[in-house]
Amino acid sequence: MATRVGIVGIGHTRFGNSSEYDLGDLLAYAATDCLQDAGFLERRKEIDQVFVANMASGMFCHQTAVASAMISKMDMEPVPAELIENGPASGASAIKVGTMAVASGMADVVLVVGGEIMRKVTGWSATDIVATMLHTEAEYNMGLTLPGFGGMFTRMYMEKYGLTERDLALVAVKDHENGAKNKYAHVQLPCKIEAIADGPEANVVNQYIAEPLRMYSTCPVTDGAAAVLLVNMDAPIAKEFKKKPVRIAGVASATDTHCVHNRQDPLKLEAVRIAGEKAYQMAGMGPKDIDFAELHDAFVILELAISEEIGLFERGKAYLAVRKGETKIDGRLPINPSGGLKSKGHPVGGTGVSQVVELVRQLRGEAEPGRQVKDPKVGMSVNFGGFGNNVVAVICAKE
Amino acid sequence: MAIDAMEMKLRPPEIQLKAYPPKLITLASGEKMVVREARREEVGALLGTIFPLIGVPTDFYDIVAVRMYAEILGWYRYRVANEFVIVGAIDGVIAGIVTSRHVSPKLGMSLHTLTIKRGLRVGAQLFAAKMEHHLDVLGEEEVYIVAESPNGFKRWMIEYQLEDRSALYPDVRHELGGVPTFVLTRPLWEAVRDIKCTGSRPISDADLKTADKLIMPSEYSQLPGFKR
Repeated sequence: MATRVGIVGIGHTRFGNSSEYDLGDLLAYAATDCLQDAGFLERRKEIDQVFVANMASGMFCHQTAVASAMISKMDMEPVPAELIENGPASGASAIKVGTMAVASGMADVVLVVGGEIMRKVTGWSATDIVATMLHTEAEYNMGLTLPGFGGMFTRMYMEKYGLTERDLALVAVKDHENGAKNKYAHVQLPCKIEAIADGPEANVVNQYIAEPLRMYSTCPVTDGAAAVLLVNMDAPIAKEFKKKPVRIAGVASATDTHCVHNRQDPLKLEAVRIAGEKAYQMAGMGPKDIDFAELHDAFVILELAISEEIGLFERGKAYLAVRKGETKIDGRLPINPSGGLKSKGHPVGGTGVSQVVELVRQLRGEAEPGRQVKDPKVGMSVNFGGFGNNVVAVICAKE
Repeated sequence: MAIDAMEMKLRPPEIQLKAYPPKLITLASGEKMVVREARREEVGALLGTIFPLIGVPTDFYDIVAVRMYAEILGWYRYRVANEFVIVGAIDGVIAGIVTSRHVSPKLGMSLHTLTIKRGLRVGAQLFAAKMEHHLDVLGEEEVYIVAESPNGFKRWMIEYQLEDRSALYPDVRHELGGVPTFVLTRPLWEAVRDIKCTGSRPISDADLKTADKLIMPSEYSQLPGFKR
């Protein structure tokens, strides 16, 4: 890619319960935070393009065309704005499309905002709405849900590689330790291995959601929004922002079969592997260059499996690294310093943007004490759509 | 004497309820929560804990708080029959409160659940303790339950899959304002007890002592910047 694309602004709402708010307001809040960070709020009508990532506001909020709603809330007319929908990978997809818009020369400044309000409906309804991304006849109509898939995937992984439920809990403990220090996280509470895995009350305190997945192996249902401002780093306007850009070194996506049962080996997440490889290729980097990662742990097993697919650990060995503390904030390769989806939360349409916001925050050295990775140069995120059928990988590098 | 006689007319008949045996729950945070019946002399701490939440409309905290305030005041001043109050305390600090009422040997009337410390399923544990008291200790066959907030509806009606008897109104009616009545029956309780209700018994004297004196919380996540 000839044109260098950078991120000059980041914005984020406090993830959690925003069900009393309008989605347009929530998106506008993240966008405002982002534009203030970039020192570009007053000049927002000079933005060439806005992309809004959202998965299912029509079902969660009975509200559609949220890109238009946000533009109006922001008083940004006539800036062009479109919605990007790619399931739970909508956020990173919007960043990819924004990067393409800048790289193509069609735009120099692009605002990408992603968000979702999921808690206007019950947890069961939210699970049902998210499940509509599955194959209609073969999966959804048969009663499959994402936690159901997560449970089956986890069981297969345990049987093949020797992972235990306690190992899943260790990932959660690590994620919550980070999330407890993240002022934007949904669940800002640390948890203890003694309480959620070892203790006499663990069975109830950490109840099953979809065996062997328990409450602390599964992300919460979350409302929230995040935003990034992309810029052509080689254009004169790049010098007019408050903060130095963090470069998008690589961004790529890949797809896999819609039906999980059509895969030769359901434990192989081919779309993750291919998206990762393409992102590495674009960045001219490899797994050894990654200093930290934000991985899509909607179920904690995915943090392990994704980290293996993108080459950070040998297949079937990531949980051993967790046991040794290698993925903790002060470990060899910190994973999910934000708390991940497990602790920070997973507002489906906004997650991919939130992950990249965290990459930028870490690379700037702006994370809260106790969860700042030591002097990182390169970070990578993986945003996982469907049950691995549409995946986007992003690599960001400090300039 | 005239006043005493009048007072006795005003008080509802009471029966001596079996005591709820205290227990200890280790929360996901590793904190240990003592769950025990509140005592009459602790009403001041309970009311002082509830009062600040009367002004919080989010998640219907205001309605739940004001009603619970009245229930506990009513219990203290003998204006509610056969009420019991269970409290969860972490290092003595009140983390949550539940109120309920024994109506008859077969029926319990669940009143309110107020969570002070959020995010650790304190409310869920205390609600389960309340049901445990109704069905396992007092031996009732079923408990009438209503919810004011969507959160309450998710936690109780959906998670417990309570029996919806709202169509039988007014023959079946909860005491709280004629809202739809749901019922936890003994078979439903038997089905969920092991996954909803926990706690270690007997509780050691040392653990019980941590909650001997109830302390009003100094902070509320529902009230940023709160100062007592």
